[in-house]
Amino acid sequence: MAASIWVVVEQWQGQITDISFEALALGREVADTSKATLEAVLPGHQCAALAEQLGCADSVLCADHPALAEPVPETHAAALAELARQRQPRAILIPVTNTAMGVSTLLGALLDAPAVNFAIDLKATDGTLEARCVLYGGKVETRVRFSKQPAIIGLWPGARPADQGRSDRKPAVEQVQVSLPSEARVRLKRYIEPEAGEVDLTREDILVAVGRGIQSKDNMELAEELARALGGELCGSRPVVDQGWLPLSRQIGKSGLTVKPKLYLALGISGAPEHVEGMKNSGLIVAVNTDPQAPIFNVAHYGVVADALELVPALTEAVRARKG
Amino acid sequence: MNLLVLMRMVPDVVEELEIAPDGKSLDREALRLIASESDDHALEEALLLKERYGGKVTVVVPDAPEVGDLLYTAAAKGADRVIRLRGIKTGLGVAALARSCAAALQATPGLLPVNLILTGTQAIEDLDGLVAPLVAHHLGLPYIGVVTAVTEIADGKASVVKEFQAGYRGEFQIALPAVLGVQSAEKPPRYVPVAKVRAAMKSVKIEECEVPQPTPAALEGIEVLAMSKPEVAGRAAMLEGSPEEVAGKLCDLLAERGLL
Ligand SMILES: Cc1cc2nc3c(=O)[nH]c(=O)nc-3n(C[C@H](O)[C@H](O)[C@H](O)COP(=O)(O)OP(=O)(O)OC[C@H]3O[C@@H](n4cnc5c(N)ncnc54)[C@H](O)[C@@H]3O)c2cc1C
Repeated sequence: MAASIWVVVEQWQGQITDISFEALALGREVADTSKATLEAVLPGHQCAALAEQLGCADSVLCADHPALAEPVPETHAAALAELARQRQPRAILIPVTNTAMGVSTLLGALLDAPAVNFAIDLKATDGTLEARCVLYGGKVETRVRFSKQPAIIGLWPGARPADQGRSDRKPAVEQVQVSLPSEARVRLKRYIEPEAGEVDLTREDILVAVGRGIQSKDNMELAEELARALGGELCGSRPVVDQGWLPLSRQIGKSGLTVKPKLYLALGISGAPEHVEGMKNSGLIVAVNTDPQAPIFNVAHYGVVADALELVPALTEAVRARKG
Repeated sequence: MNLLVLMRMVPDVVEELEIAPDGKSLDREALRLIASESDDHALEEALLLKERYGGKVTVVVPDAPEVGDLLYTAAAKGADRVIRLRGIKTGLGVAALARSCAAALQATPGLLPVNLILTGTQAIEDLDGLVAPLVAHHLGLPYIGVVTAVTEIADGKASVVKEFQAGYRGEFQIALPAVLGVQSAEKPPRYVPVAKVRAAMKSVKIEECEVPQPTPAALEGIEVLAMSKPEVAGRAAMLEGSPEEVAGKLCDLLAERGLL
């Protein structure tokens, strides 16, 4: 039997997530270069209809169980481990999202297999798999080689365009049973809807984003004035929200919003991957940071190494003067 | 309520990170270490739970330079016991680290059982796994991560809130004892004045605990080929000058794009 590469497909509110298609696109490349088959694994309950969208893969394994309807990492890891033991895939790609947090790690532990996090690329060379992973808040990249199978790869968003993983082809679909404990130790009680923001930031053309570099709640005023002068809205990174300086409805990134304004002005934001995920497709990204090595400069179009507290008032004034 | 917080020192990424001459690791000599951010939130959540339900908070940290500061600070904030685990190296190699921590917790008399083990949901050097689910696995306990609140503890179960995406969250019920990967505490981590930390240095005893089998910070089944600054498609064009000059240049850029 040919070796197989697995992509674990994630659902969110009944839809297949973009990152799953990104993972399929990457999995396709790796399968093709290593002459392996690509299998999409779809854990869930009564969701076989979704399998039709997974034609990028050669085949789809629908792992059906009522318990898999809940996004409980240990339940999903247990189901995946059972299947992997039976079928011995060579590699298992798993999207790294908050929903799936812990699944790849638990799967590695259950299978006694190596698992890496934060991968942005994967390739097969001379029969071995090599991954590129981002560490230290985006400041360092690490290339690793797997010396044991299956290789479990936690895949970061953006590895490939999602569209590259979509296909109209109809894949072969196989339903498989998994046996899970009758009493789950972790259960989802309810979903909590987002707190309604006063504005829909995803529709704004201009966003002024504030990070921990703003240093105090009082300084938020400076950024707010700039946003007002530009006719834009204020948003921010996680620490600013954690401090209570901005509401959660204004957090950009992995747990917050994904935005695509015409201008994203990042003030004192380091550019950690969890933040960048939510703003990298903005039209024009301008970053202000005191650290010339800040990873935000790797995604920004224009950068300024400066103290935001000095630059912002000057910029507000200049904008006001131009607007008259 | 018995609460155990597992914390870790990681490189401070605000500082410049140097790659070691072997090209495969960080130059740890040149690093400044700080408590991993979400571990700090895990400690805060534990202290909030102690305030709410009573009980005891024990903080356990693998040995590292400057680990004393972390432990005294934790004590000054309200931790009842602070313990340094000897014989574990931090750094890459989370799978080995988590296994050693779990073994040490089991081998140290009086540490387990607890009602909850709290640790950060993720750290910046978690290349080969996350600590929370691994410790849960080795101790045979249930786990949930990205936790932002513990809403209720009753009847041997905890209700916790986990963050999904786009502001969506979920409330989960988890059987106790359990391991939580904390993303953020319900309140920002408390500030503790230096004087209080100094006082803790005089009055608090850091307990030492030996790991049954010392483990190096090593990767298993994975070999690091190279470490480098990220390869990027394009870097930002940098604007220079006084704040007024830069402001002028930025206004020009915005005007050209019809954004002013
Ligand atoms: C599961 C998970 C989900 C997450 N979800 C999100 C998310 O949705 N959104 C999010 O943003 N983060 C998220 N994070 C957190 C993320 O990893 C980073 O910790 C966070 O983005 C860092 O925010 P920051 O850039 O504001 O702070 P830091 O990383 O601390 O950066 C502050 C920056 O300000 C600079 N600075 C300091 N002073 C000044 C000054 N005077 N002027 C200019 N610059 C200055 C510093 O050089 C530094 O680069 C998540 C993390 C996890 C584990």
